[in-house]
Amino acid sequence: MNDRLAVRKTYKLYVNGAFPRSESGRTYEVTDSRGHFLANAARASRKDARDAVVAARGAFGKWSGMTAYNRGQVLYRVAEVMEGRHTQFCAEVEAGEGLSGSKARAAVDAAIDRWVWYAGWTDKLGAVLGGSNPVAGPYFDFSIPEPTGVVAVLAPQQSSLLGLVSVLAPVLAAGNTAVVVTSKQRPLPAVTLGEVLATSDVPGGVVNLLTGDAEELGPWLAEHADVDGIDLTGAPAGRAMELEREAAGTVKRVVRPSATEPDWSADPGLSRITPFLETKTVWHPIGV
Amino acid sequence: MSSPFQYAPAPESRSIVDIAPSYGLFIDGEFVDGTGEAFKTVNPATEEVLTEVSAGSAADVDRAVAAARRAFTRTWGPMRPADRGKYLFRIARLLQERAREFAVLESLDNGKPIRESRDVDIPLAAAHFFYHAGWADKLDFAGLGPNPRPLGVAGQVIPWNFPMLMLAWKVAPALATGNTVVLKPAETTPLTALLFAEICQQADLPPGVVNIVTGAGDTGRAVVEHGDVDKVAFTGSTEVGKSIARAVAGTRKSLTLELGGKAANIVFDDAPIDQAVEGIVQGIFFNQGHVCCAGSRLLVQENIHDEVIASLQRRIGTLRVGDPLDKNTDIGAINSAEQLARIRELSDYGEAEGANRWQPACDLPDRGYWFPPTVFTDVSPAHRIAREEVFGPVLSVLTFRTPDEAVAKANNSTYGLSAGIWTEKGSRILKIADQLRAGVVWANTFNKFDPTSPFGGYKQSGYGREGGRHGLTGYLKGATHS
Repeated sequence: MNDRLAVRKTYKLYVNGAFPRSESGRTYEVTDSRGHFLANAARASRKDARDAVVAARGAFGKWSGMTAYNRGQVLYRVAEVMEGRHTQFCAEVEAGEGLSGSKARAAVDAAIDRWVWYAGWTDKLGAVLGGSNPVAGPYFDFSIPEPTGVVAVLAPQQSSLLGLVSVLAPVLAAGNTAVVVTSKQRPLPAVTLGEVLATSDVPGGVVNLLTGDAEELGPWLAEHADVDGIDLTGAPAGRAMELEREAAGTVKRVVRPSATEPDWSADPGLSRITPFLETKTVWHPIGV
Repeated sequence: MSSPFQYAPAPESRSIVDIAPSYGLFIDGEFVDGTGEAFKTVNPATEEVLTEVSAGSAADVDRAVAAARRAFTRTWGPMRPADRGKYLFRIARLLQERAREFAVLESLDNGKPIRESRDVDIPLAAAHFFYHAGWADKLDFAGLGPNPRPLGVAGQVIPWNFPMLMLAWKVAPALATGNTVVLKPAETTPLTALLFAEICQQADLPPGVVNIVTGAGDTGRAVVEHGDVDKVAFTGSTEVGKSIARAVAGTRKSLTLELGGKAANIVFDDAPIDQAVEGIVQGIFFNQGHVCCAGSRLLVQENIHDEVIASLQRRIGTLRVGDPLDKNTDIGAINSAEQLARIRELSDYGEAEGANRWQPACDLPDRGYWFPPTVFTDVSPAHRIAREEVFGPVLSVLTFRTPDEAVAKANNSTYGLSAGIWTEKGSRILKIADQLRAGVVWANTFNKFDPTSPFGGYKQSGYGREGGRHGLTGYLKGATHS
């Protein structure tokens, strides 16, 4: 039936497990790579960002307190549910990024596989990054990695799905909760990812997705006293230094952006997990 | 309260140290005159001027960084890793050989009891060099990713509370990983770093590998902001740490910050009280409380509060405050007039805000900077003495009823460096340790340090770790370990 009128989706924010509009009532027009109208995305405000931080903080205890095995299964579930929406993601990536059908498919495939990669990391980090320390005295002394807390992520501006997953999944695998500002021009795959997260047993508040302008929201997140770390990968050109300075006021852990957006198809290693892990060392005397 | 113990004075001889009338900077393997204005360093126990030290100017720092860069490119960088390790072993041995000299000099310049400089600071400093020496040719096996490479020139700024130990924490891992160093010791405690320069000469360490530039804040700023520094490592106050993080923002410099703390020391009602009291005393009065990880907030379960306080006061009454060089001394001098003023100010606030101050009867010397061991009870979490780092021998006592309340109060801080737990119940230790947002948790012990054990903070206590395998990552390119 070619003459059926499509039911279009309303693209909203994803905050605390729900899909609200921006409290500001603002939206902005999202177009495809050729300038054709795709949707009106919500333009998140400072208040939305703060609400998202509250949600992320609220979800941190539950998410970080899960067993690593459980967290790994939830992240694997994200890959499963994404797989079922493969066609939809391909269409959105193709339209937003102007990729050919096969390149869009490759990006979606890689994004799904990236969740699988990180899902498998959750219950290995303690062994790989922690250990016991042979101190010179009668003490049992061990070090374990723990999540940093609430992490703000300025997602890549170009790679709207693979790039987004590549910066978000490691933050979650480490046990952190996230407030993400999506690509400004290409926000739609992020909202669809929110729908995946909402149906993948990821507890509400663990991931909060704000569509809008990192230039506007970045400074509020960088200076927010209840944000523990910030990934500046998608910081607007020329603004990263200023944001890093803001973040210094609360001693945030900062991931600096590279000069150009990374090749997201490359093997990520642990380089995006470790910046948002703390090492805790515990001592106890040995004796009878 | 008078002490039941009587002691005759047992002073350590200071004849083992030979302090020159003035010191220059140590750049490119030689002592050279600084171009900044010289400053005096005093013995805080007597206010006697010990010597005059050069303040490194920006030009001096520039020379030091250039020397470090040359050494990185020409000698230390290309050197066989095993040989770098052997230099570090040499340094460890030389430190052990001259340990007493270092200990006495440290106590003279810093004011800390000789018992601590002799038994803790200097042996641990030597241990750090010995430990890291072994890493130099084993980095491929550290599990830090393939082909770990040094960063280049490290600019390091250290505090006055453990001058020689902090030097070792900074210099040993930097050199073991193949970096070269420009180190700025604290303004009030430059002397052991300058003596360490002699050790570098005795070890025949190639010129420029270690450069020591003395001075105050301006000198430190010049080191941190120098364009040819690849790594900045700082231990000190959170306030200065933030300004350093601002200064390196937007650069390619890697940064490690080890900042302030306000550690909770949690005592449950099933803890062995005598051991806990020893731990409380060790936690807050070690090194006059000039310890970033000091157990400055005692959280005691409400039903044993009175018993613990009575026992604590009895124990504090036996502490000996006085001559740092006396081998019987438990608490030495406050490091500087400035720090003494800060301790006094915050203690006065404690009283003004409604807490009860208790201090033992104790005679303090007439000259020098002194503050008696102090306990505040009836402290509320909102009081400044419960929130701000006093960095002195001042304990704030708060109470709790349930484990959840203890954790909530312990974590109610912008800091997260360390914490203590006292209880006989193993499962409770593990649960509470898991819930505390702090980088080091001491259970049924406190203030223990070891080169194999990573040290560093959560939250505004800083980032990066020092010691252990984790400590290497801050000095290596592409190391994927946190």
